[in-house]
Amino acid sequence: MLKISTGNNAVAAAVRQARPAVIAAYPITPQTEIVEQLANFVTEGSLDAKYIPVESEHSAMAACIGASITGIRTFTATSSHGLLYMNEMVNWAAGARLPIVMANVNRALGPGWNVWAEHTDSLQARDTGWLQVYVSTVQEAYDAILMAFRIAEDKRVYLPVMVNLDGFTLSHITQQLFESDVGDFIPPLHLDHRITPDEPKGYGCMTAAHDYFRIRYDIERSMRDSYAVIEETEAAFAEKFGRTYGYTDEYRCDDADVLVISLGTLGKEAEVAIDLLREEGIKAGSMRIRWFRPFPVLDIRDRDLVIIDRDYSFGCGGILADTIKAKTKKDCFSVIAGIGGQEVTYHDIAGFVRNRRIGEELWFGVDA
Amino acid sequence: MYRTFMSDLPETEYILKCTSACAGCSTSLILRHVLSAAGPDTVLVVPACCTSVIQGIYPNTAFRVPVYNVAFAAAAAVASGMSAAFEAMGKKTNVIAYAGDGGTVDIGIQALSGALERGTNFLYICYDNEAYGNTGMQRSGSTPLGAKTTTTPGGKMDAKKDLDRIVAAHNIPYMATACSAYPKDLIKKVKKALAIKGPTFLHILAPCPPGWRYPTEKTIEIGKLAVKTGVWALYEREYDTVTISGPTKAAIAKPVPIEDYIGAQGRFKGISPDTVKAIRLDAERNIRRLTREAEGSC
Amino acid sequence: MYEIRLHSRGGQGGVTAAKLMALAAFRDGKYATAAPYYGAERRGAPVVSFIRIDEKPIRIYSQIHYPDLVVVLDTTIMDVVNVLEGLKPGGTVFLNSSEPVHIDGYTTYHVDLTGIALRTSLIVAGNPILNTPVIGALAKMGLFSVASAQAAIDEMFTDTKNRNAALLAFEELKI
Repeated sequence: MLKISTGNNAVAAAVRQARPAVIAAYPITPQTEIVEQLANFVTEGSLDAKYIPVESEHSAMAACIGASITGIRTFTATSSHGLLYMNEMVNWAAGARLPIVMANVNRALGPGWNVWAEHTDSLQARDTGWLQVYVSTVQEAYDAILMAFRIAEDKRVYLPVMVNLDGFTLSHITQQLFESDVGDFIPPLHLDHRITPDEPKGYGCMTAAHDYFRIRYDIERSMRDSYAVIEETEAAFAEKFGRTYGYTDEYRCDDADVLVISLGTLGKEAEVAIDLLREEGIKAGSMRIRWFRPFPVLDIRDRDLVIIDRDYSFGCGGILADTIKAKTKKDCFSVIAGIGGQEVTYHDIAGFVRNRRIGEELWFGVDA
Repeated sequence: MYRTFMSDLPETEYILKCTSACAGCSTSLILRHVLSAAGPDTVLVVPACCTSVIQGIYPNTAFRVPVYNVAFAAAAAVASGMSAAFEAMGKKTNVIAYAGDGGTVDIGIQALSGALERGTNFLYICYDNEAYGNTGMQRSGSTPLGAKTTTTPGGKMDAKKDLDRIVAAHNIPYMATACSAYPKDLIKKVKKALAIKGPTFLHILAPCPPGWRYPTEKTIEIGKLAVKTGVWALYEREYDTVTISGPTKAAIAKPVPIEDYIGAQGRFKGISPDTVKAIRLDAERNIRRLTREAEGSC
Repeated sequence: MYEIRLHSRGGQGGVTAAKLMALAAFRDGKYATAAPYYGAERRGAPVVSFIRIDEKPIRIYSQIHYPDLVVVLDTTIMDVVNVLEGLKPGGTVFLNSSEPVHIDGYTTYHVDLTGIALRTSLIVAGNPILNTPVIGALAKMGLFSVASAQAAIDEMFTDTKNRNAALLAFEELKI
C-alpha cells in the first residue's frame, strides 16, 4: 500500500509486520513516536504483543533480553542517552547471542542537551557485537527493519541488529512509503538455545579464562558468517519486493575520481552535490555506507576519498574515516560535519570536494 | 477559607521573563516559589525534564541561580556528590535537586533511594505532572489509573506509584506534599525543608494543560480541585510524625466530589465508573491512613 | 522542485498542514517531503516546516533557504521572525489574514483562515484549526489539484468540518 509516512512511523509499521511478541518501550526524543505508535497498535488490536512500559532504557534492553531468551521475537527503540544508558545490556544482548532488533534514532550527546542528528551514539556501540545498518529514507527504514529480524534470527548469526536513522532529519520527515505486506519473508523464530525447564542449563555463568575467549571468538565467527546472510536476505528481499540495497549505496561512482563517503541522510544529500560537481566537470561519486557492522569491503580503487563523519572519537578522529583508513590503508580528506544537527547542505558537500586536502581533517564551521 | 494574597509572597523574582514554558505551566510557577523561598545561595540540579527546556537555550538561562543540568537517572546522585563537596568546603549553599516524576519515580528512583538512605544533606523536589512531559506526555509510574497518555491511549491500567510511602520508608527528617495552586503552603514547606540538615523531600502536584488536557487558564483551579476532592493530600511528615496541612483539613471537613476533578480533564475522557470508584477509594484510603498517623493511632 | 516554507505557532497544526500538503501533492502523482524544524515542543512557540514538491525523488534534507512560497499561519510571528528571508525574487506569500497585505516584490494572497475556523467551529483545545482550511487556499493557488486536496483531507480527518473549511477557504481566496 503506497502512502506517506515519517521515518518513525515507518519503523513502527514494519515492526507491526514482523509481529514481535514482546515490546519494551521507553520514551526519548526523537524516537518517542515509535513507541507511541506501537502502543496505539497494541491498544487497537492490530498488533498482538505484550507492551512493557519500562522505567528506563537499561531495563528496556534487560526486558528484551529476558523475553528473547525464551525464544520469542522482541523489539525496542532508543536514541542517544538512552542507548548509552543501556550500554551494559547492549553488550550483554550480543554476548547472550540474542536476535533482538532495535531502532536507534541517532542523536547527539549532552551536556549541552541537543536532540538533533549525530552518529556518535551508535558508533560508540560499534564494539558490542551488534550488527549495524544506517538508513537514509523512510522506505529504507521500513525495509531495513523487516530484513533485520530475518538476519538476526538466522542460525548462522544469532546476533542483535541495530537499525539507525538520523534524528529529526529522517525520523520526522514525511516521505512516501510502500508498506509492503511482509508475508512469509521473515521465517518463524526457532532459537536453539532458548531457555526452558525441559532442558535445565546455566546461562551466562562464571566462565574461566581458558574457556571465555572461545565464546567471544564465536561471536566474531558469526559476524563473519553474517556477510553471507546479509547478502542472501537482501537478494531475497529484492526478489520478493523489488527493492535492492547492498552494503553501500553508490551513486555515479563507476567513473569517479573522487568519492564522498558518509552514513545516513547526508549520503542522499551528497548525491545532489555530486550532480552539481559533475556539471562543473568534477567526476565525483557518492558512496553511502549502509552496513557498518560487519564492516564491508569497499570498492575504493584509486580515488580521492572525502569522508564525512557526523561523529567523533576524541583524541583520535572521525570514526568512519578512521575505520576506512585502517581497512583500506588509504589516506583521505576527513570532514567532521553535521555534529549536533549542524546543517550541512549539498553546497557545503560540494565545497568539501572542491577544496579537499588529502591527509587533513576539517572541522566544518570551525576550521577555515 | 484558605487564600494567598500577593502581598504575602516574597518580591524578588528568580525566574526571568520569556522562558520556554507552556502557557499555564505549573512547573515554572512552582520553581518561581521554590527559588523565592530558597534565596540566592542555591544551586539547582536538574535532570532531563520540562525544566531543562524551560530554562532556555544556550547561551541564555532564565533562572537567577546556577543550574547544573545532568543525565536523566542521575539527579539525586549528582546532588549527593555536590552536597558532600560543599560540606567539605564549609559552604552552606542549598543543593536542590529539581526533577519531574519520570526522573524521580522511574529512572531516577535508584539514585533517590541511595541518596536518602545515606542521609545526604539536600532537598529533593519532585514536581509531578503525572507523565513524561518533556518528550510529549508518555506514561510514567506516576501517571494515575485511567489516565490517557500517548503510550496508554486506552487509559493507564496500573495505579499511580506511591512515591510518598517509598520516601517515607527511608525515614528521613522531613518530607511534605504541596501543590502549585497553594503557593503560601509551598513556600513555607520549602523554607522548613531547607532549614533542616539531612535529606528532605517535597512532592509537588503540577497540573499540566497539554498533558492533562484542560484550558491553560485553569491550572490553579485544577490544582485546587485535586486537593479539595482529596485526590492530592497536603501534609508534612517529620520522621514518622504526620501533620495534615490546612487545605486538606478543609477538604476532609467538606469534600468535593471526585467527578469534579476527573471530569475537568480530557486525559480522563471515557474513564469507566469502576475506575473512578477505584481512584476515589484509593484517595479515601490515603486520607484515612494519614489521618490515623496524624492522630498517632498507627 | 517547488519549495515552501510554512510558519506557524506550536499548537496551530502547522506540522499537520505540512503533511497534508505533501499528501495532496503525492496524490497528484508527485514526489513530496514535509519536514518540521523543531526547537523544543512548546505550545505557542514559532515553528517552521519545509515542504518540497517535485516530479523526481527528492534527495535534499537540509533546510529550505530560498523558498518559492512562504505560508504564514499566524501573522504575529512576523513580529519575531523574518518570514520573508530568502524568498526568491518574484516569489509568493500566503497569509492567514482578514485583510489584503501588500509586500513589495512579491505576490501575496490571503484568506481569513482563523475566521473560517471559528465560523465552522473547527476548534480543538481552544485553538482554531488552520491546517485543513489552508489546504483549500493552496489548492486555489494551484499547488495541487482540488481532488487531491480533498482526498488528502479525507484521508487524514474523519470530521467533515475540515473539508467544509477547506472549501470555504478555496472560495474566499481571491487570485
